[in-house]
Amino acid sequence: MHSMMATIIAVAANVNLRKGLAELGSGLAYGLAALGPGIGIGIIFGQAISAIARQPETAGPVRSLAFLGFALAEALALIGFVVFVLLKYTG
Amino acid sequence: MIFAGINFPPIAELLDWKPIAFGSTAFMFNKIAVLTLLSAAITLILFFVAGRRQQLVPRGIQNIMESSVDFITNSVVIDVMGQEGLAWVPWLTGLFFFILFNNLFEVIPFIQMPATARTSVTIPLALIVYVTFIVVGIKKQGFGRYFKSALVPSGVPVALLILLVPIELLSTFIVRPFALAVRLFGNMLAGHLLLVTFAVISEALFVRGIGLIVLPLPAATLVVLTGYEIFVGFLQAFIFTILTAVYLGESLGGGH
Repeated sequence: MHSMMATIIAVAANVNLRKGLAELGSGLAYGLAALGPGIGIGIIFGQAISAIARQPETAGPVRSLAFLGFALAEALALIGFVVFVLLKYTG
Repeated sequence: MIFAGINFPPIAELLDWKPIAFGSTAFMFNKIAVLTLLSAAITLILFFVAGRRQQLVPRGIQNIMESSVDFITNSVVIDVMGQEGLAWVPWLTGLFFFILFNNLFEVIPFIQMPATARTSVTIPLALIVYVTFIVVGIKKQGFGRYFKSALVPSGVPVALLILLVPIELLSTFIVRPFALAVRLFGNMLAGHLLLVTFAVISEALFVRGIGLIVLPLPAATLVVLTGYEIFVGFLQAFIFTILTAVYLGESLGGGH
């Protein structure tokens, strides 16, 4: 307990350590944030391709919905990218 | 071996522009302000010129603008909002073209800065959409009934509502404007940084003259990414517009 408090105080007081941790955190933030949306976008477009293959006359609305779903899933990856930029350049 | 260092400019140089007028006050007027005004002016001029001498069979610029309005009417409004959304087509068209020209400034030489890569542009846009869909919902359905239709989905047992209403509240009234702003901002910022990275690499290889054998690689990537950024500009403007139409449709009709 005492050593934990000592570690926390040492980290908070050491500017270089904080900067190093910010850089590490920034890399991890984007890397982890890109996992889920990558899988999600693959699923979305895979289903869109199946739908168009089943019924080619619905290609128009299905394409619009696919792009809509893609942008919503991509937004999460981009929020991770924004966290990366924030941590790296202002953290 | 000695490698020449690549001089990547600090991020402040890429995003903070020097003020042209009113520097260091809240009304600072810099390149981003010029770009947003230019985008609005181009939109207005395009539609004004297209509508001036209207002919029954459209030619030239009237044809292009009419097909753009048709695109917004069919893909964005009819599919999403139904017939009562037709009154919103002018506003949505203006919103689409404003965001589109701001995004396209990224690939135009000598400008090369998407104005939407600054949150000072995307946050007001998201706030405008946020206030609009709330006020339209309150006006159309009445204060109590609007919040009831937005927060309480139909056909849910009462015991689940205690869990579901805070989630819907968070999702509809807090996450939506934030996600609208950050989605547009993040896409444009990522594209801008990508283009800057490959341009800096290409310039360093070309100017220093070391490793010229690999120069075609970043140069070709820069060309391909520029094309990709044009596509992303169109896509993000379309996504912003269609999400605005979806939120307005929910406020107006309350679900299909």
